[in-house]
Parts: sequence; structure tokens; C-alpha cells
Amino acid sequence: MTIRVLAPGLLTTVQDGGRHGSRALGVGHAGALDPYAHAVANLLVGNAADAPALEITLTGPRLQFDSGARVAICGAHVDARVDALPIPCWRPIALPAGSVLSIGACRDGARAYVAITGGFRADTVLGSASTDLRGGFGGSAGRALVAGDVLDVNGDTTVDDLHIARWWIDPSPDYDHAPVAIVRLLAGRDATSPVDGVFAGEWRVASASDRQGVRLEGASLHVAETIERISEPVSPGTVQLPPDGAPIVLLADAQTHGGYPRIGHAIRADWPRLAQLRPGDRLRFVPCSLAQAAQARREQAQRLARIALAIQARRSGA
Amino acid sequence: MAPSHPPTAIETLGEDALLLRFGDGIDVATNARVHAAATRIAALRPPWLRDIVPAYASLALFVALDAFPPTTDALVAAERWVRQQVLDQTGADAQPRRLEIQVVYGGADGPDLAAVAAHAGLSAGDVVERHASADYTVAMLGFAPGFPYLLGLDPTLAMPRLQTPRTRVAAGSVGIGGAQTGIYPRPGPGGWRIIGRTNARLFDARSDQPSLLLPGDRVRFVPVDALS
Repeated sequence: MTIRVLAPGLLTTVQDGGRHGSRALGVGHAGALDPYAHAVANLLVGNAADAPALEITLTGPRLQFDSGARVAICGAHVDARVDALPIPCWRPIALPAGSVLSIGACRDGARAYVAITGGFRADTVLGSASTDLRGGFGGSAGRALVAGDVLDVNGDTTVDDLHIARWWIDPSPDYDHAPVAIVRLLAGRDATSPVDGVFAGEWRVASASDRQGVRLEGASLHVAETIERISEPVSPGTVQLPPDGAPIVLLADAQTHGGYPRIGHAIRADWPRLAQLRPGDRLRFVPCSLAQAAQARREQAQRLARIALAIQARRSGA
Repeated sequence: MAPSHPPTAIETLGEDALLLRFGDGIDVATNARVHAAATRIAALRPPWLRDIVPAYASLALFVALDAFPPTTDALVAAERWVRQQVLDQTGADAQPRRLEIQVVYGGADGPDLAAVAAHAGLSAGDVVERHASADYTVAMLGFAPGFPYLLGLDPTLAMPRLQTPRTRVAAGSVGIGGAQTGIYPRPGPGGWRIIGRTNARLFDARSDQPSLLLPGDRVRFVPVDALS
């Protein structure tokens, strides 16, 4: 089946679990910024957790379905409608042929994911269907969606009437929408002056934040040792400190190497929280050990596994 | 068989990567040690190893965390493997690949050639001759897919980046950024001083060999009047 893009939204891209094995060529990870919401959306429609889905940013697209489809929207709260009827997030929804799905503004978060049964048939490049915006490949033509694009979906689904499941997935505690988001940091290579400066106060998310990184505003930080640094490998999660003193938390589209001091590293379990930060949101860092990071990662994986089982039971039973 | 030089330190980079450090500077000898270790690790390639990422003086190894049992500390296990397999062993010095890249220098293809010449106190012709007579090493690929950071620039040609980067640099543009030279694979913004252009395709994501250049390759630039 196909989906026609009537309006693209602010930055809507096809993303899967990301790209591995090509970092030595300067190719970044890409993939869903919020892997947790991306996975739940896919599981709700019966896909593998890392199947290609649409990632929407702040404002969503308007999509017309040429045949029936089962979809789910997870992540930020969004104002979503099928034709004129508002529909809820975090649950499966069956759409009849001809439906127009309109996704408006994100509230309480910055990114939402639209998964569809069968998954989007995207350009698989270097082992992943994710859109690499800097390299201009993968996903849909290597770029964000534009009006008039036609997206292919694997398989057809017959749906007679709009159907909204009467059950849903409770996304807490991973989406607590606290007034000040808490992100746990592993120690970085470079110490700051003062030594606990990054943990001392609140940070505000700058409007220049994007898929490459969350840019922060607040107290100006400096590194303790102003030795010259040479470019080294960096990773999603790395917290860089450029000379202007405003930290950047790298996200999935970060380049593979960087020369700025590295003052910390956001743990994977908190990447969904980072992905959901909106310009102006407040953020506080707390220190974390590798063992605590592993524990948080395992607990999150267990929550996702329980959600997968619950969805499986619902889909096979009711 | 030459002994592979052990890294001076092994650090963690986040939850799922090790960073092997071979020195602190940008120099060919240190970078050669990085590539020797990368070649040896790539040949052994354990199943949990996702990415081997060389830089000037360091090498990152990205680990698939779910390849280890939940009770195993993946980075501890990976570091043990590195110490056993890489540090105590000898490795063959791989013969580097040698490539030539045709470049049209100056004119519309190299809008900063005159500025580089003025900065160096040389004629434009001297800049071209010096740039094209050096033997470069691909220290690493970064910034963008397939973008080579080349070591070996004649120090007289070094020049700081533009104060304000251009919003658009043509694909294939050959630039000087500080003490390095490199090539832009795609059109896009860039702050390096552009002295010429090649029509060699540096990166094609759909190819079996996506990147024309690989870390450790040797490169020479060949001046031409027009690109074939």
C-alpha cells in the first residue's frame, strides 16, 4: 500500500534502530532519537521493535492512506486526528482506506513516532533504513518528507471501519514530564572548573537543538585544563563543551569525531528523555556510574519486554 | 612481522565503547600506530565488535552490549580481549593503498587559492606545486561520510579556517583547514579554505565500497587543467 504526504510537518524522517559498522567512514548512527517510544509504536502494530517508522519533530505531517492500515503513535503527546476525529496515542488504531491522518503539534515532548503494520519500505543503505540527513541517504530519498512524497508500506491491511483499541500502554515512568528533566551522566574525559559545575545548576534547552545534539544554555562552564585537544571519536550521549561554555549533548545524528572537551556522557536509558526535550525546557544532570547505567538500561529493557508481552497477549486474545 | 605498539591508555567512551589512546599529537607516526592496531583488530573481528573508529591518535571500539550475557560487564570483557589479543601480539604492517586524485586548482573551483598564497607569501603556482607534491595519509574519515582528514600538508600552506564558514561548498572541493587538508564529499556548508576541486566521487552510500578513501590510505593530488 502507499501513503501520500499531504503536508510534511516540521522535520519528519524515516528512522529505524540506527546504523552500525560504518563509523570508520564518517557515517553516524542516525536512527530514532527516542528508541523507547519508537519500539513501543512498532510493537503495538505487530512489527519488530526496530522496524522503520516515521519520527516527527514538534509538528507532525498530514498523511493520506490509499488502503486500510493499522497504526500507532507514541512519544510526545500529539494532537492527532483521523479526518476530524481526535485519536489517542499509545494504542493501535485501524484506519479504513482513504483516511487522512493529521498530526498537529507535540505537547509535553518534542518527538513522536508513527508506526504502521508491515513497516515503511525505505531505502536500506549500509545496513539501516534510517535517514542520514548529513549524508543524504537512507529513509525516504535521504531527506525529510516533503509534500507530495509517496511512502510505500510492506503489505496490505483490510480495514472496514475506524477502530480505536480500548486498551493502551502506560508509558510511565519513562515519560514523567517532570518540570525539570533529570539526565544521568557518566564521567567524561575532561574535568570542568569548578569540578561539579555541570551538576550545579539547571540548564535550559536552546532553540538551535536538533537531531545532532541538545544545545544547552545556563551558567558558562570551562574546562579545568586548557590544553589543546585533537579530534577524537565521539558517540551519541557525549557531552561536549565548546569554548563558548555552553554544553552540547550529542544525539543520534552526531558526527563521528569531535575536537571539543568531553565533560560527560548521558546514559542510554535517558536518551528518550533527551529526545523529548523542547526548546526552553529545563534540565538537570546528576552523576552516575557505569554499573548504575547498566542497571538503568536493564530495567528499561525489562519494561519494554513486559510491554511486548502485554501487547502480544492483547493481539492474540482480544 | 612488526610488534604492534600498545596504546598508552584504554578509557571508556560512554557505556558501549572503549577508547584506545596512542599519543596526544597529530603526527604520522602516532597515526600509523592507530591504523596498525585497527588493521589487527579488524582482522580478528570478534562478533561483539560493532565499529572500529580510528582518529589521529586514538581508536574507538564500539561494543554490541547485547552480545554479552546480562551478568557480564561488556566493557571489562572487551578491554580484557584488547589486552590479550592486541597488545601482546605481533601484527603484519599492512601495505597502505596508494591513490591519486586529479584536482583543478584555483579559479571558480578554488576561490581561496589567492588568499592561501598571500598568507604563505608564495605565488599561486607555488602553492599548487607544494600542495600536489606532498604524500598524504588519510588520518581518519569524519565530519561527514567519506570526508578525509589528510596529514602531510606542507606547513607553509597552513592557514586558519574562514571566520565565517561558507553556506555552500561544492562537492569535491579541496580545502585547507589549519595544518590539514581535506576534500568535501558533498555540497554543504564549510569553513576550510578552498583551493581546488576534484570530480572523484568520494562517497557513494549504495556502493559496496562506499568510501573512495579509507583510514590509512596514502593520497597524492595531481594538478590538471580540466576534470575529465
